[in-house]
Amino acid sequence: MKEIVDFVSQPWPWYVAGPVIALVMFSLIIFGNNFGISANLRTVCSIVGAGKNCEFFDFNWRSQMWNLIFAFGLILGGFITHEYLTTPEEVTLSASTIADLAELGIEAPGDQLVPLSIFSWESLATVRGFIILVVGGFLIGFGTRYAGGCTSGHAISGLSDLQLPSLIAVVGFFIGGLFMTYLVLPYLFTL
Amino acid sequence: MKIFRYIIVGIIFGITLAKAEVISWYRIYEMFKFQSFHMYGVIGSAVILGIISVQMIKRFKIKTIDGEPIVINPKQMSISRYLFGGIIFGLGWAMTGACPGPMFILLGNGVGVILVVIASALLGTYTYGLVRNKLPH
Repeated sequence: MKEIVDFVSQPWPWYVAGPVIALVMFSLIIFGNNFGISANLRTVCSIVGAGKNCEFFDFNWRSQMWNLIFAFGLILGGFITHEYLTTPEEVTLSASTIADLAELGIEAPGDQLVPLSIFSWESLATVRGFIILVVGGFLIGFGTRYAGGCTSGHAISGLSDLQLPSLIAVVGFFIGGLFMTYLVLPYLFTL
Repeated sequence: MKIFRYIIVGIIFGITLAKAEVISWYRIYEMFKFQSFHMYGVIGSAVILGIISVQMIKRFKIKTIDGEPIVINPKQMSISRYLFGGIIFGLGWAMTGACPGPMFILLGNGVGVILVVIASALLGTYTYGLVRNKLPH
């Protein structure tokens, strides 16, 4: 058993992760749903009563409960990995990424899963931390509903069904992502 | 039991994205800098196998686990909605290094402050609902 746990605990290469993601999508289709995570944000809005003053949230959210149960599974999966399947190894980033991050002033790139100088409660009280966590989160929630899907709904499900709208959305993801990474983040890290 | 199957698939997906470091802010930064093949390999191989499985479902008219026919609805065609929405999403994705799935996985991983990102994303979704009639779709 220990050998199995040790084996699974190593970082997974892309050629393991990609096929498992395809299998997850396939399973959800076979369950009669579609693979798309961000819809659960709309479901939560509906559950807490946003449907009262906005028709966009006025739908039968009970039919979408599976999406929240799936999200609960995601939290559990993260917890299990954190508690039982971790290795002391750090995220093995490419040398050029490490050099770029050092230039931005990010300490020990890849030492943790996320840079703690941003992802901490103390950081939330700083201008930079607030912008990244609050504005960043807002853009995700707004953009994903506007585009009708996120990475799972468009980049995985939509492209798998060869849907042109999803390709346009993915091009949009990259326009936004590249603009942020090359032009905005370097400025944010000077704050 | 239906609840059980979604939890199991969710756990598998959570462990996979965590162990492949897809939930790492650093990996998303590296992807947008085109400095590693890792994320492209993850998404690319998932899509290639996804295309094959969707084609199989359509060709062999595979039914759901409950015996219902599978219908995959084509998305309504538009450019502005997907492009503008996609750009806004991409800005947030590169900023936080997390898309909607990884947010929840990071929470399980003990990154508590991600709750702020989740709450902000809910607010963003709610705001979209309020102003959507004024946006080009």
